[in-house]
Amino acid sequence: MFETIGIWIAALLTLCIFSFLYKDNPFYKFAEHLFIGVSAGYWACYYYHNVLQPNLFVPLFQEGRPIFIIPLVLGIMMLLHLVPKISWISRWPLAFIVGTYAGYYLITYLQTNALEQVTATLVPLVTFSSVVLFVGVTTGLVYFFFSKEHKGTFGGIAKFGIWFLMIAFGASFGYTVMARISLLIGRMTFLLKDWLHIIQ
Amino acid sequence: MNLEKLMRIDRRLIFLLIALAVIFPLLFPIGLPTHLSKPVQDTFNAVDSIPPDGPPLMLSIDYDPAAMPELYPMTLAILRHCFSRNIRVLVLSLHRAGPGIGEMATTRIAKEYGKKEGEDYVYLGFKPGFGAVILRMGEDIHGAFLTDYYNRPIGEIPMMREIHNYDDIPLVICLSAAAIPELWMMYAGSRYHQTIAAGVTAVSAADYYPFLQTDQLVGLIGGLKGASEYEKLVNELEERLGVDKKRKESLSKEEYEKLQVSHSKASAGMDSQSIAHLVIIAFIVIGNVAYFAQRRRKR
Repeated sequence: MFETIGIWIAALLTLCIFSFLYKDNPFYKFAEHLFIGVSAGYWACYYYHNVLQPNLFVPLFQEGRPIFIIPLVLGIMMLLHLVPKISWISRWPLAFIVGTYAGYYLITYLQTNALEQVTATLVPLVTFSSVVLFVGVTTGLVYFFFSKEHKGTFGGIAKFGIWFLMIAFGASFGYTVMARISLLIGRMTFLLKDWLHIIQ
Repeated sequence: MNLEKLMRIDRRLIFLLIALAVIFPLLFPIGLPTHLSKPVQDTFNAVDSIPPDGPPLMLSIDYDPAAMPELYPMTLAILRHCFSRNIRVLVLSLHRAGPGIGEMATTRIAKEYGKKEGEDYVYLGFKPGFGAVILRMGEDIHGAFLTDYYNRPIGEIPMMREIHNYDDIPLVICLSAAAIPELWMMYAGSRYHQTIAAGVTAVSAADYYPFLQTDQLVGLIGGLKGASEYEKLVNELEERLGVDKKRKESLSKEEYEKLQVSHSKASAGMDSQSIAHLVIIAFIVIGNVAYFAQRRRKR
């Protein structure tokens, strides 16, 4: 019974959202506002029960671990951003977060996204793939070298680099289209299967 | 044909044609073939190489309901693969919206394969902190997750007694619609040399190909297409192992057919995907032909 009501609500809200494809209308606005309101309420409760309570309130107040006073104070300082006169205090916990994450990220990001990638690019030019990789990376880098005017041979190499970039953008866009169609298939399957029972 | 008119075609007509291209193959399946790609086969092989009843696969459910059409069939297929081969699974979520989805998928497939919670699989649930949690698990999983999703202390769970950190995890698969696989590579991969595979939405799949080339990812499942490939591999495996035959014998015809449909959830959407792509390609070609013809006429 409750499942059926849930499916009907979900189906009608899906149709309300789809109605935007025709033009903006009150049904779409209603569904949009409802989604934002429900999400905000849901996440507020969720964060309280799954983040604040187990990671701060329980260890501090029930288990009596005084070290947790530090995150409590930092959290309160962060909330002071809402008081215009003393909003500057929120910069301190923010600085703590930025500093911590910069430290966390710096070495590992450099290792994962730069060093490993460069190492994998410097390979012997013995296969077709490695030649394409070498030409693509080199000409792409030439395109992003702006201290010399893109003219003559240098301009030609840079133009070749643009072709590689365009192919990469095309592949990325193709995947994006595929993803959006997948989402549409998901919704259509829900409407035809769970709601209307037309398909198995 | 009036090219001016073609260039100013009502966008709602395009929406309608795309909708029809998606709906018709769902109503009347064509059964277009799905070809296997190497990244998906590599993921399958990595899972398949885990010994039965040995160290578990770690499955990180890091997506929200918006990504379910693409990533949920992947989740089900991976869990089916593990349970049909008696591979133990350790499921967790680093995304705040993931725990409900993870629990739904894990309990459903575990029930289908008769697997016991705490012995064949453990559901750790959600822990906020992304990178910090991944790093902590490298030292001690028991320290990162004090209890499982059902509030049972980790130390009391039989399967968890032998699992302490990434040394006891042969493979991590991160299913995500965001940049969380990158965090797994950064913290678990670079620092602890953990073997990682990823299942991502098609939007982000292109971003992860460079990590395949560097072997930072052992495999990649991209979008609904990747999910359908994995599903196909698992269906073939179950046939080889005789799991499908046993199921056919133990279930009624109606139950078996219903299960077969749910085991081809991703593949069922591939007809719509292909037809919709053809319609989009047709529109791109028509648009370009009209544009160039119009430009030529103006000259």
